[in-house]
Amino acid sequence: MTRRLTAGIALALLAALTAFDVATSELDPFAAPPMLALGSGQAVSGAHCAALPE
Amino acid sequence: MTLAAAEHAPAASRRGKRAALVLAACAAVLIVAAAAGARYGLLLALGLGFGIVLEGLRFGFAGPWRALILRREPAGVLAQLIAIGLVAIVAIPLVSSGDGEITGAHAPVGWAMAGAAFVFGLAMQVVLGCGSGTLVNAGSGNPVGLLALPFFAIGSFAGSWHVLWWTDLGALPPVVLGGTTGLLVTLGLLAAVAAVLLVVAAPGTRRIPRRLWIAAGIVALLAIGNLVVAGQPWGVVYGLGLWAAKGAAVLGADLSQSAFWSAPGNVVRLNESIFTDVTSLTNIGIIAGAFLVAAWRAGGLSDRLPRLPLRAWTAVIVAGLLLGYSSRLAFGCNVGAFFSGISTGSLHGWVWFAAAFAGSILGVRLRPLLGLEPGR
Repeated sequence: MTRRLTAGIALALLAALTAFDVATSELDPFAAPPMLALGSGQAVSGAHCAALPE
Repeated sequence: MTLAAAEHAPAASRRGKRAALVLAACAAVLIVAAAAGARYGLLLALGLGFGIVLEGLRFGFAGPWRALILRREPAGVLAQLIAIGLVAIVAIPLVSSGDGEITGAHAPVGWAMAGAAFVFGLAMQVVLGCGSGTLVNAGSGNPVGLLALPFFAIGSFAGSWHVLWWTDLGALPPVVLGGTTGLLVTLGLLAAVAAVLLVVAAPGTRRIPRRLWIAAGIVALLAIGNLVVAGQPWGVVYGLGLWAAKGAAVLGADLSQSAFWSAPGNVVRLNESIFTDVTSLTNIGIIAGAFLVAAWRAGGLSDRLPRLPLRAWTAVIVAGLLLGYSSRLAFGCNVGAFFSGISTGSLHGWVWFAAAFAGSILGVRLRPLLGLEPGR
């Protein structure tokens, strides 16, 4: 067995994650924020590794 | 078929495969941009860039720390410090402008935070993969990284349930090195660490290879891009914990009982698509980018899988859980805490660096004992 198998599994897991997400949530491009946060005038969400929940 | 045609056939096939890889990556970015919004397509592109550079130019974190500890070779760590310094020059002034559009990776320094960073450093040497490294390894077909990744996500989710309890054991408020003074202190500290590394380096190992100079520059540009596009620094751990949390919710877990996941910002993330979550997008991009490079290389996926003893695979699972749990308690991994913490002026990034490096010293000694170096 070679890395072809394990890399294929990694891609399959990404595909499964995508399928799961598509099945459980919806996307709305019209509700999207501006392309760049810098200059948008909008505060960031805080969904980051370093952020403590408030 | 003539001999010339036979010689050209594999090359043509390889060109076709490579063209298909590039087309697939571009298509994925365009689909996400069209379905979710331009910002999210751009973030996936940045993630692909990270994955391509980390795998293609062999820019990593766990490996260079190991080389420094075992052989006193500082080049990889020096490249990390250069990349962090380049980002800091842009990021600290942006974050210090204080209008809320751009935020840093600022977190409190505490007992649990420092202890968790030590554990992370240990575990990342056991699997020889940090936060970004585990993603890259999984994408390039490394079975150790592939096995560690889901347990990393589960560990991060478990850590999120306990992070407030651990933090309550004792923590300072976040200390931020901001403004011009903060930038100068950060650059001075980076230079001081680099000077120490150059002093302790083994003879003939002080030169940084061209590949690492290029990688450091590109990683810095991508990290600045992440900050400008997302308004927050490059991170890994949040996205992995979010994936596990979404899975747990489907399996019936009541996330409203978690102080972490019931916080308003995290409730929004749980209800929205991962294709609108910053760290999820860059994580997906890193895995896919690393795959792209491995598939692009001639023979890049033809390495045989290693034959490791059962205790090694068990160690990988435990280390994966520890990587996730500890990075949640430490407010980030080598990316969210070390790279992004220091480059946006957070003191916790420096404490993380010291504690994780101490853990790594122990980790490199544990790795062969756990059967992960079958040749030794």
